[in-house]
Amino acid sequence: MPQTNNDAKPANILAGLLKNQLVIPLAALLLLALFNLIADPSFFKITLSQNSNGDPVLNGYLITILDFGSELAILALGMTLVTAASGGQDISVGAAMAISGSVMLRVLCGSDSRAETMQAPIIVAFIISCVVAMLFGAFNGSLVAFFRIQPMVATLILFTAGRSIAAWINHNELPIVKDPGFGYFGNYIPGIPIPTPFFIAVGCFIIMWALLKFTTLSLYVQSVGINEKTSRLNGLNPEFIKLMTYVILGVCVSIAGFIKVSRLSTINYSVIAKDIEMDAILAVALGGNALGGGKFSMGASVLGAYVIQFLTTTLYKFGVSADALPAYKAVVVILLVTMSAPAVREKINALKNKKNAGKQASAAGNA
Amino acid sequence: MKVKKIFAMTVSMALCIAMCAGCGSTGGSEGGNDTPATTKAPDAAAEGGSTEGGNTDGGSAPASGELIKVGIINNDPNESGYRTANDKDLKEAFSEANGFKADFSYSLKNDEQIAAAQKYIQDEVDYLLLSAADTAGWDTVLKDAQAAGVQVILFDRTIDADPSLYAASVVSDMAKEGQTAVDWLKGQNLGKYEVIHLQGVMGTAAQKGRSQALIDTAASEGWTIVEEQTAEWNAEKAQQIVQSAIDSNKSFNVIYAENDDMAKGAVAALDKANISHGVGKDVIVMGFDCNKWALEELKAGNWNYDGQCNPFQSSYIKDIITKLQNGETIAEKTIIMDEKGFDAATITQEDVDKYGI
Repeated sequence: MPQTNNDAKPANILAGLLKNQLVIPLAALLLLALFNLIADPSFFKITLSQNSNGDPVLNGYLITILDFGSELAILALGMTLVTAASGGQDISVGAAMAISGSVMLRVLCGSDSRAETMQAPIIVAFIISCVVAMLFGAFNGSLVAFFRIQPMVATLILFTAGRSIAAWINHNELPIVKDPGFGYFGNYIPGIPIPTPFFIAVGCFIIMWALLKFTTLSLYVQSVGINEKTSRLNGLNPEFIKLMTYVILGVCVSIAGFIKVSRLSTINYSVIAKDIEMDAILAVALGGNALGGGKFSMGASVLGAYVIQFLTTTLYKFGVSADALPAYKAVVVILLVTMSAPAVREKINALKNKKNAGKQASAAGNA
Repeated sequence: MKVKKIFAMTVSMALCIAMCAGCGSTGGSEGGNDTPATTKAPDAAAEGGSTEGGNTDGGSAPASGELIKVGIINNDPNESGYRTANDKDLKEAFSEANGFKADFSYSLKNDEQIAAAQKYIQDEVDYLLLSAADTAGWDTVLKDAQAAGVQVILFDRTIDADPSLYAASVVSDMAKEGQTAVDWLKGQNLGKYEVIHLQGVMGTAAQKGRSQALIDTAASEGWTIVEEQTAEWNAEKAQQIVQSAIDSNKSFNVIYAENDDMAKGAVAALDKANISHGVGKDVIVMGFDCNKWALEELKAGNWNYDGQCNPFQSSYIKDIITKLQNGETIAEKTIIMDEKGFDAATITQEDVDKYGI
């Protein structure tokens, strides 16, 4: 199954949409949008103003969502692949982001944590941090693929140790990059009023879309996720494919970590990207992807990520305290997980079959 | 299959060796977690010595080659800049050059800390210095210490135990820190007070103390609290909360952030919306903890106030140890450290260097 049904005929869009995975995140998005529209229409207001450097920036809740949702959306890309191939989730992405961010600052600042100038070009620092994140991804991936450890258990190792490793890389110091150029990636490029993280995220979407469209990655990942044995019999190497998904997630982690450290030009090991793993998993679940592996829809995951940020921003707007946010997210998770539980699914299907046997047949015929 | 078996055996042997090696250096503490359980004193002392080239406080010189044995149980130094500075200070103060033989052990978990304490008691240390992860559960081990003649000195954090079980405790008064900050704010005589209050992780001593001072004064002085939210010590959450306040056109002129990170996040949101902040500007920015970079912001006039949370307990502890060594009694068990608040208008480079952590 391709990522989205964009190429469906217009007449079938509605019918297709109802069957499409996108329906869940879209419904959630509409619900949130409607709620905000009723509660306070100014939520959707976007204004163009200047920041303190005199550069034009767009302001407004929607921009905030696009801005802060970007890291999550990038992570969701990798998390979707990992989920589909290995039937489990990587819970170490937050800690891995701390590590890759720490590596990046270490390269940029050298030995002096308050260096006046950057000791290396940003691109070099990024590539090194990317390689490190890929290695940690490969570590997780090989535990899962070759040692057949449950993904959550395998990644628990890095989840626990990651932030200490990140602190160790910089000798417990908190480096600060003083060059304003480094901040452009997490904030704004002077003269461009749209937040840079959004551009980076869009770039990642395009690359991922191309990967799925023009390579066999999507097919292989799904077949490994659906049935490892049959895919092996068909000449695939399930171990390698699983490993690869974790390495791809590593790349996503380093990009997201780069944005995070760029936002404030510094790092705090214990709180950077805290609890982001739960949000990333939630994005995948909200996208209607089976958490047990198999088929996936990348578009739905990305949309899911932005819906989560939408929810977060909405809750902030209404003054819900930050430590209560996970409770609201938990409600969503409970709903989704029970909905997708086999027992519930069977009941619903049975109900559907009884009621709409005729309708379904015709819908299937159209599609 | 055979290869697998051999491999499995090699790995398990390697693990066993690693465990033995680990036990050798930690003396059988129940570590095995993400934090290295124990560092040997000589390394620690060497580290402190090589980076600083000697001790800062003019501590007592090694008397007659007889070193005072100290066991120090602290939280993980990665936890925060405060803890890193605290650990560094202790390592410098309790070096062999100063006449101490110190063992360090770190954990954020109470049970591991208790295990480490028991180990130190068995090792017959003279003094046990303790910054407890949790307030409860220390009675038994402290009684053991008393029976073994080990003097316990608490630092940074108090515990729920009978005061007779420890010699002294050196702590920060978070409520006083908050009150100093709020008094300073009151002294600014603003026409109106519209405060965004960014709280730390709810329920922590620092959050409670620093919040209560503001809440009380706001009630008595009639200040408006525009927004009161926990950002959980997190810069990014603070940025989103302040961003949200700006997006909904709330009017405010004070940011009261309970640590420096959150103040930094708030300032990022202000910068984006072109709201001026700092000395003589539209919004007053207040932070806590006196990170060096924060004091630099203060010096540059971008922030207005930073409250100290003093991590340098070692000189107080050394005083106590000297007194106890001389057979004197400690008059006041709870020692509250001096803590300053820095005003951007009066801060000097000297302050930045001396008090920045």
